Amino acid sequence: MAEEADDRKPFLSKKIDKFFTGLADAWNFVRRFWQEVFLPPYEFKEVIHQCYRIGVESLPLISLTGFIVGIVFTNQSRPSLSEFGATSWLPSLISIAVVRAMGPLVTALIAAGKVGSSIGAEIGSMKVTEQIDAMEVSATNPFKFLVVTRVLATTLMIPILVMYTDFVALIGSFLNVNANELVSLSTFFVQIFESISFLDIWSSVLKSLLFGFTIGIVGCYKGYHSSKGTEGVGRAANSAVVISMFLIFIEELLVLQVVNAIRGM
Amino acid sequence: MSNKVVEIRGLYKSFGDLDVLKGVDLDLFREENLVVLGRSGTGKSVLIKIMVGLLKQDKGQMEVLGQEVSNLTQKELNALRLKIGFSFQNSALYDSMTVRENMEFPLVRNIKNLTKKEITYKIEELLDAVGLPQTINQMPSELSGGQKKRIGVARTLILNPEIMLYDEPTAGLDPITCVEINNLINEVRERYKTTSIVITHDLACAKMTGDRMAVLLDGQFRAMGTFEEVFPHAEDRRIKSFYDYNFIES
Repeated sequence: MAEEADDRKPFLSKKIDKFFTGLADAWNFVRRFWQEVFLPPYEFKEVIHQCYRIGVESLPLISLTGFIVGIVFTNQSRPSLSEFGATSWLPSLISIAVVRAMGPLVTALIAAGKVGSSIGAEIGSMKVTEQIDAMEVSATNPFKFLVVTRVLATTLMIPILVMYTDFVALIGSFLNVNANELVSLSTFFVQIFESISFLDIWSSVLKSLLFGFTIGIVGCYKGYHSSKGTEGVGRAANSAVVISMFLIFIEELLVLQVVNAIRGM
Repeated sequence: MSNKVVEIRGLYKSFGDLDVLKGVDLDLFREENLVVLGRSGTGKSVLIKIMVGLLKQDKGQMEVLGQEVSNLTQKELNALRLKIGFSFQNSALYDSMTVRENMEFPLVRNIKNLTKKEITYKIEELLDAVGLPQTINQMPSELSGGQKKRIGVARTLILNPEIMLYDEPTAGLDPITCVEINNLINEVRERYKTTSIVITHDLACAKMTGDRMAVLLDGQFRAMGTFEEVFPHAEDRRIKSFYDYNFIES
């Protein structure tokens, strides 16, 4: 059933009501996703199409950013380490920083900007031009076709993009380290793999899954609930980015606490 | 005409404090073209959106092809929707798909085991029927407003609906294209034997396409009958002024 106009009367003040009804709507949206994701029909073709759009089309931006992050972080860390004569620790430091935090965070923030806004704007524009209604009256479930596929695609693709960013950032870092400290590729990567643990990799992957889900579901939610014509579409795209980024930082903080607790066991 | 396709009794719908439909009664008969007229915001589109389950009434009965829409399960509602074609005000073509993909979309999702050849044949047949065979590989952004409307109609016809609902089919179009769209509505009825409801505030469109007019005012049908019965000698001042503005101004 299409979303009807919000005709609820304010219970407290309008703003407080809006906040809580918004939370309830968002909760119902997430719940609906988990209900629909396991039910047939499965839109495999559309999931693959969205994976391509989200993954492959983000590669140039992710590559450039990852590479620059690797070089810049290495350059910025060198002076501090050289004060203690510890520049040989650069590969270890960089790998831990990139795999544990910077790779997932940078990728997720870029994806929130690029993918989240695009999902919000696309679904928002479909909503205001009645394309979602058109899908519904042709007996197609628009939630399944538009929301489930996009959320699945972001959830699957962000971890892959994160691993790719990690790799590119480490390559950038290697080029910098190689030019300054004359460290070979094999020595560089041996040091990296000695520094990072399976827990680092698993926590990075799990965190990326969470980030991917957040970017997808927030973008879809904002698009699906956009209104007021083109202004509403712009707002949907904008708030999809802002809310995704905010949630990504909170999730990063929470996952960090959990992983540190596991590490301390 | 004796076969009732749609039966509406005491239909109410409001949005917040705004009462849009206040006890609407209506019968629609097989192969009839009914035109629902009224000013903007009187609930014309709301009425047909309730018919396809896009909105839910607050009170009253909406029976379509013998089924009460509000009591249907999602599966039953989808089965009913396949028998109803809905042509949206802004065509609602999928922006990211070509004309071919737009037309394929409802077909491949609802009719299984069709070969590629059969799908292409069906699409080409309908594009021919609406006079736009050359647009098959074009994107909606490359089409004019009138072309979009025609493709929108062709897309709804692809599932062979029994009922066609046209929401403001001539809105925003030039007079010549309006006449073309009105002719298309009549052709669709003759060729595919559909029953139609045309939502409009354009009296020229109403006169060309409608067997019967129904004027929606203050949430209820205030006049119903042929064009000559309802206009131009209407006693209700608002219906009369509606007629005057449409014809005298143009």
